Amino acid sequence: MSIGHTLLGLLESGPRHGYDLKRAFDERFGHDRPLAYGQVYSTMARLLKNGLVEVDGIEPGGGPERKRYAITDAGITDVDAWLRQPEKPEPYLQTTLYTKVVLALLTGRPAADLLDTQRAEHLRLMRELTRRKKSGDLADQLICDHALFHLEADLRWLELTAARLDQLAKAVTS
Amino acid sequence: MTAAAEPLLQATALRKSYGRTPALDGADLTVRAGEVVAVMGPSGSGKSTLLHCLAGIVQADSGRVCYRGRDLTAMSDAERSALRRTDFGFVFQFGQLVPELTCLENVAMPARLAGTRRRAAEAQAAEWLARLEVGEIAGKRPGEVSGGQGQRVAVARALVGSPRVVFADEPTGALDSLNGERVMRLLTDAAHDTGAAVVLVTHEPRVAAYSDREIVVRDGKSRDLEQVS
Amino acid sequence: MSAPHEPFAGSDTTSGARDREPQPDLRTWARDLALGARFAVSGREGWTRTALTAVGVAMGVALLLLAAAAPAMLHTRDRKETDRTPSVTATLQHPTPGSLLVADANTEYHGRDITGVLLRPEGPAPERPPGVEQLPGPGRMVVSPALRKLLAASPLLRERIPYRITGTIEPAGLLGPAELYFYAGDSRLTAGDADNGGNADRATGFGRGSSPEVLGPVFDLLLVMVLVVLLLPVAIFVGTAVRLGGERRDRRLAALRLVGADIRTTRRIAAGEALLGALLGLALGSLFFLVGRHLAPHVTIRDISAYPSDLRPGTGLAVLIAVAVPAASVAVTLLSLRGTVVEPLGVVRQGVGRPRRLWWRLLLPAVGLALLAPLFGKAQGTGHINQYQVAAGAVLMLFGVTAVLPWIVEAVVGRLRGGPVAWQLATRRLQLSSNAAARMVSGVTVAVAGAIALQMLFQSVNGEFVTSTGADVSRAQVHVSTRITDGAQTAADVRRLKATRGAAEVFGYTQSEATQGGASKLKDTADAAYLPVVVGDCATLRQLARITRCTPTSTFVVPPPGDFGDDLARYARPGMRIDLNPPEGSGYTGTPRLWTVPAGTPTVAGRTDPAGDKEWGIFAAPQALDAARLRAPNAQIMVALAPKQPDAIEYVRNTAAGFGIGTYVYELSNTHAKSQYTQLRRGLFAGATLTMALIGASLLVTMLEQLRERRKLLAVLVAFGTKRSALAWSVLWQTAVPVVLGLLLAVGGGTALGAALLAMVGHPFRTDWPEVGLLSLVGAGVVFAVTLVSLPPLWRMMRPDGLRTE
Repeated sequence: MSIGHTLLGLLESGPRHGYDLKRAFDERFGHDRPLAYGQVYSTMARLLKNGLVEVDGIEPGGGPERKRYAITDAGITDVDAWLRQPEKPEPYLQTTLYTKVVLALLTGRPAADLLDTQRAEHLRLMRELTRRKKSGDLADQLICDHALFHLEADLRWLELTAARLDQLAKAVTS
Repeated sequence: MTAAAEPLLQATALRKSYGRTPALDGADLTVRAGEVVAVMGPSGSGKSTLLHCLAGIVQADSGRVCYRGRDLTAMSDAERSALRRTDFGFVFQFGQLVPELTCLENVAMPARLAGTRRRAAEAQAAEWLARLEVGEIAGKRPGEVSGGQGQRVAVARALVGSPRVVFADEPTGALDSLNGERVMRLLTDAAHDTGAAVVLVTHEPRVAAYSDREIVVRDGKSRDLEQVS
Repeated sequence: MSAPHEPFAGSDTTSGARDREPQPDLRTWARDLALGARFAVSGREGWTRTALTAVGVAMGVALLLLAAAAPAMLHTRDRKETDRTPSVTATLQHPTPGSLLVADANTEYHGRDITGVLLRPEGPAPERPPGVEQLPGPGRMVVSPALRKLLAASPLLRERIPYRITGTIEPAGLLGPAELYFYAGDSRLTAGDADNGGNADRATGFGRGSSPEVLGPVFDLLLVMVLVVLLLPVAIFVGTAVRLGGERRDRRLAALRLVGADIRTTRRIAAGEALLGALLGLALGSLFFLVGRHLAPHVTIRDISAYPSDLRPGTGLAVLIAVAVPAASVAVTLLSLRGTVVEPLGVVRQGVGRPRRLWWRLLLPAVGLALLAPLFGKAQGTGHINQYQVAAGAVLMLFGVTAVLPWIVEAVVGRLRGGPVAWQLATRRLQLSSNAAARMVSGVTVAVAGAIALQMLFQSVNGEFVTSTGADVSRAQVHVSTRITDGAQTAADVRRLKATRGAAEVFGYTQSEATQGGASKLKDTADAAYLPVVVGDCATLRQLARITRCTPTSTFVVPPPGDFGDDLARYARPGMRIDLNPPEGSGYTGTPRLWTVPAGTPTVAGRTDPAGDKEWGIFAAPQALDAARLRAPNAQIMVALAPKQPDAIEYVRNTAAGFGIGTYVYELSNTHAKSQYTQLRRGLFAGATLTMALIGASLLVTMLEQLRERRKLLAVLVAFGTKRSALAWSVLWQTAVPVVLGLLLAVGGGTALGAALLAMVGHPFRTDWPEVGLLSLVGAGVVFAVTLVSLPPLWRMMRPDGLRTE
């Protein structure tokens, strides 16, 4: 999962302090693994360097934790590209996909499209595996089947999420 | 892959309600010759209704269904029936074989309905049963064969008249993975060999993976995933 | 899904061991039956099924109650008939305070029989017939309500029965409300004990005589057969009615098995479902009967009507029906479930693949025939037949038809091959479930077979009645016979008849008898010769004998047609003297009235008269023998009616009524018998049609149920582009094949039973094929009507909705 893109996405709704960013991240995505402060600051520094964020203002008192970050146009484009880009179908994608969906919902982007894109990507791979399976030997078949079953599980999750998108949007924006 | 090919079957802006319940709310679908199109979507999304409209079993309330340049929605019931006899084939989930007839007679039936003489129809049927690896149960009744065998008999019946389009509604819905895969492989291979297009309604991704293209139906609206990305 | 169809696998072996649990107690039974009853009234489908069962059972119950009331009704009729019969005794030579003179004055009007009794009290305290409050005085009468109505509406009849109406006969004196009956006081009656002159019998009262035999064996036979033919299809219908909705019930029972009910429990629950229908049917049937009973006065069958109060089923029989019908419904259900194993995942029917055996099916009609065979030739004249034996034999023969039917359907259908798709679909379905198909048409088969047999019997019995009279209706249509005191009266009567409207030609002669000349000196008058004497004009005599030359003084000797002894040849030769005052009873009374047979009297052959009789004896023209000299003469008058005069015969009867007491009018035309036959046949048709309508209703339900079962399959077939007409044809073939087989069997079985019945009444075998064809057509019509009615639901079911619902 790309923490940089996630933080960028969170910034889209308005400038925030680093501490706020951490809290928002933990609240939505960090269920069992809260983000370390250090990781936030280092990530923000990288994003700042790449021109994807800018410092919006510094609270009196000094210290790095007093910086308020805002997303730049380049940052927005970067988030956009990330969300549009289907993930390479591989196991345990849920956290990334979930993050993407929530961010899309938060930033008012079409989350359904995101899911459908991902779904098409999954099915593309499944078709390829099915083709390979049809021509392959038994070992190939078994290996392909393993992958297929996992992909199927993901795809079912995508379906389910798509079906619950309205519910999720309500929960996220409330 | 076959994007250049002429559309064989094209549905535009289909709407259909049963009573007050809308089943289709502006669905589109294009099927090109020889391709396998998967129609997916949650239960009750209208995917079966879409299939029924495409096949001319159900008349849509509005919208058009064009098959090789002819508008199905403007045809009479008899014309559509004749079209189904000659150009289409069907596979359903279960309960589609006539329990009193033998498997051979079941397979021979569409050809006989289309006017083929009994002996000729049964010879064709025997050929197709063998091709679907169920030649040995030709003389048995559907009640005496396993679900997988029965479904392969149904596939043979769908293909026996050399249709241009085979409509398959959850063809593996009542089968286990292995039998399901086998039926799908035989169906898609046979369709490929005869050049028949397949419209495949399923909710199983692994079954849909046998398709060339996927359409998702949600709340009566269709979505072509090729065009999203 | 693909449960093995092994005939004997399944519960019978396994459950036998498993069921060796403690016997379920009464509470378990009650609980399961109640549960079943609840299923019977849950949902529209449940109600429809229960209602159909109830109506079917109700019809059966109503008919059973009617049948149970019949013996009591007949007994009541018999008793009433006895009670009102005048007790005429020959021993009573002198009047007593209670005695009366009686004579009958029966007549007929528009084909309906009217019974009239003329009375003349001889003492101060005359006996009264039952139902008569006060004896009518001279010139007055008491009438039955039906006759009162008829008289009021028919001035023509009123003219014939002119007595003043002073009262009404109560039901106690009438067999039924439609009976036309009257008692009239008539001072012209004179006792028959006076020498020659009497015209009435002396009675000591009423009801003390023996009952006349009202019902002959043929009537018994008809009655039994009507009951069998009408009740048997009803019984079969009740049997199928209880089984209605079997497939759905089976699925429900399977679901019960899934949640843990054992086989016995499911059977009890199924029995509970049937039981509720049967109980409702019992209640409804009793209601039908009670309501129907009050309609009884409006129904007249063959001049027979009954009072509601006379239609009272015996208590024993009523209790039997009340117990037997629900018990039978439970038994039929349990029996029909014997061949079915209800497993948690569905229902397996046994017997698939086991070929049917023919021998026991043929045994049924064979036993039936064996029961009937000893009665061949017995049901005629005054013989007596065992009604139970007849009923049992007929029931077995008709049941044999239903028993053979499944075998025939299976055997024939198993050989059907090829054909178009519709035919293939139908025949294959029949091959797989020939049992259901046979059961579907068995009711129609039995009804038609029974109707054919009954129709043969009716027609034959009727046929004999008409032909046996030998009357030649082209020469005359009415025969008037009247007792006269003076031979000269005949000519006057003939003149009066000739003047009657509607009489075209009238022939009348005086008839009497004579004996040999020396009879007065015989010691034993029993040896006196019997010499009939006929006096009439030449035209009349030509009707009675082959006479060529005839003058007003001619005489002829006509020899008897059969073996009547040689009295005529010995004592009535030309030139011999005969005595016109023959002895009556044991002694010679009065003085001889001698008359010489003229010399040269020719002997001529007799000729059948228009009434079908052959007169013989000494025939004389009026101037050869003075009719006034004849003793106890009577006049025989033949009347040919004017064909275009309406009511001609009624005018003749009116005229004849004026001839005095002891006048009888017979209609020689057979149209009366024919009209009764038509009425009966119509009744039979109505009954059979009603039964078939009932069967048709159950057929329709069964068929719709089958179609609903196949809803999904029908939708699939339509998806494949199957033409609707092809599916309709397959449905039609599917019913037509068993129906045709059933009707063929019905014609065969019905004709066989009819032949057996004819043999019993001693009639030659004869069938009216158009009639048989018509009955078969009615049966076929019912089935095709049902098929036709089931087509719209079929169209509806063929809509693709069937694909949608899983």
